Amino acid sequence: MADVLTAIALFILAAIALGLFAVLRSRVAIERMMAVQLLGTGGAATLLLLGAATAQPALADVALLLVLLSAFSCAAFTLGERGAAADEPAEPGQSS
Amino acid sequence: MSLVFDVALAAGLVALALHVVLTRDGKGAIIAFIGFGLLLGIGWARLASVDVALTEAAIGGGLTGMLLLRTQAHLAGRGVRPAQTGHPSWRLAAAGCTIVTLGLGYVVLAFPSPAPSLAREVAGSLDATGLGNPVTAVLLAFRAIDTLLEKIVIILALIGVWSLASDPNWGGSSHLRPASVPEPLVFLARMLPPFGVVIAVYQVWVGADLPGGTFQAGTILAAMWLLVMLAGLRPAPETRAAGLRMMLAAGPALFLLIGFLGFLIAGGFLAYPEAVAKPLIVAIEVALTLSVAATLGLLVAGPPDKEPAR
Amino acid sequence: MISLADSFTLAFVAAGALLFLAGTLGLLRFPDTLSRLHALSKADNLGLGLIVIGLLPQTQTIAGGVKLVCIWLLAQLSAATASQLIAGIAARRQPDA
Repeated sequence: MADVLTAIALFILAAIALGLFAVLRSRVAIERMMAVQLLGTGGAATLLLLGAATAQPALADVALLLVLLSAFSCAAFTLGERGAAADEPAEPGQSS
Repeated sequence: MSLVFDVALAAGLVALALHVVLTRDGKGAIIAFIGFGLLLGIGWARLASVDVALTEAAIGGGLTGMLLLRTQAHLAGRGVRPAQTGHPSWRLAAAGCTIVTLGLGYVVLAFPSPAPSLAREVAGSLDATGLGNPVTAVLLAFRAIDTLLEKIVIILALIGVWSLASDPNWGGSSHLRPASVPEPLVFLARMLPPFGVVIAVYQVWVGADLPGGTFQAGTILAAMWLLVMLAGLRPAPETRAAGLRMMLAAGPALFLLIGFLGFLIAGGFLAYPEAVAKPLIVAIEVALTLSVAATLGLLVAGPPDKEPAR
Repeated sequence: MISLADSFTLAFVAAGALLFLAGTLGLLRFPDTLSRLHALSKADNLGLGLIVIGLLPQTQTIAGGVKLVCIWLLAQLSAATASQLIAGIAARRQPDA
């Protein structure tokens, strides 16, 4: 059981990594912020699975912090939003 | 299977770190760095260092990111561009980092095996402190002097940040609220702090016996406070306010007081009588949590840039 | 032979993992910012929810199970609000998106 749960955690980690790759290379600045959200939820899922696999319930606390602080970091992104918008080049409307 | 997971995680961390260094856009690098902090939290959890994982998630995934974003916004506002790859200062930093990495790699590989460890002594003396979490016992009993100095250092850092304020602004408050506050941010700032406060109280309480503790709790409280200030629900406090300064000093002051009391009742600086060791430690932890929260919050808020009200 | 609880866990956790993959595929394939955001938040939160449900039979204490559910509820609230925040900024920068 532990091995299967770790394997699924690995699968989710790979899915996050692929998503990160897509998001961080995006040409639209705001899409990069999704990386933090992706790692918040995906990281929490990975940690919960690892916690169950290794019988360490304390990992749930780390998952809790990831969820809480990824939301906080998303909020921090609005800092200097106006100032940053002025000096960034006009962004492509749709990056497809 | 866990080995495959660990290799994948380490590869992901290295790839993300390279992305942070090589990306050309400042804000993108900061966001990737926040992501790196969150991923590194998983790494520490894999190393069975849950206490460190909690701290890394709170500091790396939360406060550092906001500190960097504030700096970036400040620099962008003044039209300063960060040094690009290939610039001499970039090369210097790259060379310095490479030397540190190689040195660390050498040191880690040169560790004697089995590593010298005091873990057995810590586990053996744990009962004397009344605590169940060996990390908390080391931080607040066996090596309490380190923790005490560490808490004083962050207050010194705060004084350093404050001293960057211009003369008329000394004692004033920092301005965090952006020009326009989006509505979801206000909602988030109303909704998230109650959760954060509960989680922080839980961290302090559980820290005595399970992973958790003051620094993590203080960081969470600081993040929640910053969120409230960022959304403009409450203004940043004036740094000359007596109550605020008392709160900053209260934790280390209580720590010092109990430390000196140790001379009278337990025969040494920072020695606790065995019967009341746990209540004393919990009292220090509570006071320290509030001080750490106030200090870290004000550190991220930055030097005061508004004149104090007359 | 695996027990009923274990097979329940496997079924739900695997479904959750597939949703994470679906979210990633959405990030890679969807044409514009708002639909990518939609893929991310929907798939991730449902994925996390399924994983939490799947892990419930594995928890040793009732409090541990309640904590798992609380993590999911917090993720629902905070991730949904953060998505609104991101979408708002995206829409303000490109009103035609």
